[in-house]
Amino acid sequence: MLKMVPDVVEELVVAADGKSLDQDTLRMILSEPSDHALEQALLLKEKHGGRVTVVTLTAPEVDEALFKALAKGADQAIKLNVDQTVVGSLATARALASWLRADPQRQAPDTLLLTGSYAIDDLEGEMGPCLAEMLQWPFVGVVTGLALDASGQKVTAIKEFFGGLRGEYEVDLPAVIGIQAAARPPRYVPIAKIRSFMKSATLGAAGVAPPDPAFALEISRMYVPEATGRAVMVEGSPEEASRRLVEILHQRGIV
Amino acid sequence: MNTDILVLAEHFKGEATEITFEMLGVARTLAAALHGQVAAVVIGADTARLAARLGAADTVLAVEQAPAAMMSSESTVPLLQQLLARRPARLVLVAGTNICMGIGAKLALRLQWPYVNFCKAVNATDGVLTFTSLLFGGKILADLRLPDNRGIVSLYPGSFPPDAGQSERAPTVEKIDLPVEAGRVVFKRLIEPDATDVDITKQEVLVAVGRGIESQDNLSLAEDLAAVLQGAVCASRPVIDQGWLPLTRQVGKSGMTVKPKCYLAAGLSGAPEHVEGMKNSALTIAINKDAAAPIFDVAHYGICGDLLEILPVLTEAIKARKGA
Ligand SMILES: Cc1cc2nc3c(=O)[nH]c(=O)nc-3n(C[C@H](O)[C@H](O)[C@H](O)COP(=O)(O)OP(=O)(O)OC[C@H]3O[C@@H](n4cnc5c(N)ncnc54)[C@H](O)[C@@H]3O)c2cc1C
Repeated sequence: MLKMVPDVVEELVVAADGKSLDQDTLRMILSEPSDHALEQALLLKEKHGGRVTVVTLTAPEVDEALFKALAKGADQAIKLNVDQTVVGSLATARALASWLRADPQRQAPDTLLLTGSYAIDDLEGEMGPCLAEMLQWPFVGVVTGLALDASGQKVTAIKEFFGGLRGEYEVDLPAVIGIQAAARPPRYVPIAKIRSFMKSATLGAAGVAPPDPAFALEISRMYVPEATGRAVMVEGSPEEASRRLVEILHQRGIV
Repeated sequence: MNTDILVLAEHFKGEATEITFEMLGVARTLAAALHGQVAAVVIGADTARLAARLGAADTVLAVEQAPAAMMSSESTVPLLQQLLARRPARLVLVAGTNICMGIGAKLALRLQWPYVNFCKAVNATDGVLTFTSLLFGGKILADLRLPDNRGIVSLYPGSFPPDAGQSERAPTVEKIDLPVEAGRVVFKRLIEPDATDVDITKQEVLVAVGRGIESQDNLSLAEDLAAVLQGAVCASRPVIDQGWLPLTRQVGKSGMTVKPKCYLAAGLSGAPEHVEGMKNSALTIAINKDAAAPIFDVAHYGICGDLLEILPVLTEAIKARKGA
């Protein structure tokens, strides 16, 4: 279950209503933890077999992300008829859950549902725990290591705490796991290969009932934060700026 | 109507974590504005000892759990649901930490209550509550209201003063007998970080690199600079995830919290999860090619430019100065 999010490298503009992001200036990219979830799924498939199905909502640029997933080795890519840009994180999970519920095959006992551990717009809750609650499946998030048990009925998940401390958990399948980082960085796939998939492969489409958009929260205002402290900018060529910095470091007794 | 507040205390290795005191401080503010009581929930082993530290709460509800277990959403959510049935509260505060991740979102769905994630600030003027959340990696803030002041709020760690949640008072402790079921998620063991690498929390100077370093080969630019400053190299998460540096060098929410004399951040954007781990550095210098990068709001000094160009020049300038 992958998620598209606004690309924060671009400047984010608040819409005229003052409560949402301006859709026209929004550029969407695959959420980074989602990319890691896909990579982890592909790694597990390489080791144990199985099928990797990628599911997303509809969003600008999503087709490219889905073809890219196919080019990387996913078996199937499905796009649901719900617009990601207008629903909150809860309705996103609702849409995905109803797709999963529509066919018992999708909830088979050996199903491992990977999501990104978080997304930058998870205001109403992360997708992983929401899906887990909707399906009544177990859940572990912030996972950076995942292995399938020999029985095929359990996974071992390594979850990050803080300060380099991690915990090992055993989780019964079917389960939802929120991936923070795959065991390996997401693989590279040449543009040419993605293009050829765009020509030859097809994306699956699936309709789900429009999710209850219920946004139980009331957003009264969205705004760009005012900078609290602002760094003193050291100007000039790299040589000039470096000389000034060395002076600053010297004054502080560091050099 | 009186609004009672429930705080899910977080603890690790037998100690309450800092976010617990941040939550208790916020709970006190909310309780004062709404004329309510604060109850803290401790689920763990040796709850009596933990509870004694939570005097900022009016009551501590202690649920004893087998030693060596870890909080998981799987075991905690049903417990909280049962506690809330016995002890109604309208606001539940949970920690926005890795340890507690998922608890708030699941509990909210189970209770059909709204959930506020990433909460950075709370305002309770005239009994009207406004929660401010940090969205899109810190680029946008959203002010939010909870209908009927009812909901679950996950507090962003490091956003509230922990002192406000400290108290010498001995709280009323109530033992609650509820079975804690591990269910389908079983905690097996704690994995300690590799202790053989340099300890970045003990360095006076840190050169931190982010995704802007672009490749493992370029790391030598940072290492050279760290060497002339007698410091060490640390990094943001993407650099660690690439496997270019070990996990022990990660600064931030999932990594280390550092307070060096000087933190030189090159090619990292200043995401809130990173800033959480370095914001108390005595001197922060940022190098970034994007003048609008949030790291410049945290740094004392900044250079807007290409780190690949600046780092070697800076290293040479320091060498020259030392030689002089
Ligand atoms: C639960 C959770 C835990 C997390 N834990 C951590 C954590 O412990 N530590 C952590 O760091 N992150 C953590 N993150 C991730 C965090 O949200 C950010 O994704 C991450 O910090 C971004 O790293 P970055 O700044 O290196 O990369 P980016 O945000 O991609 O920034 C790269 C920056 O480099 C600049 N740049 C690029 N090229 C150059 C150049 N040649 N010269 C100068 N500047 C250049 C760009 O302008 C940009 O600002 C966590 C996230 C979550 C949700």
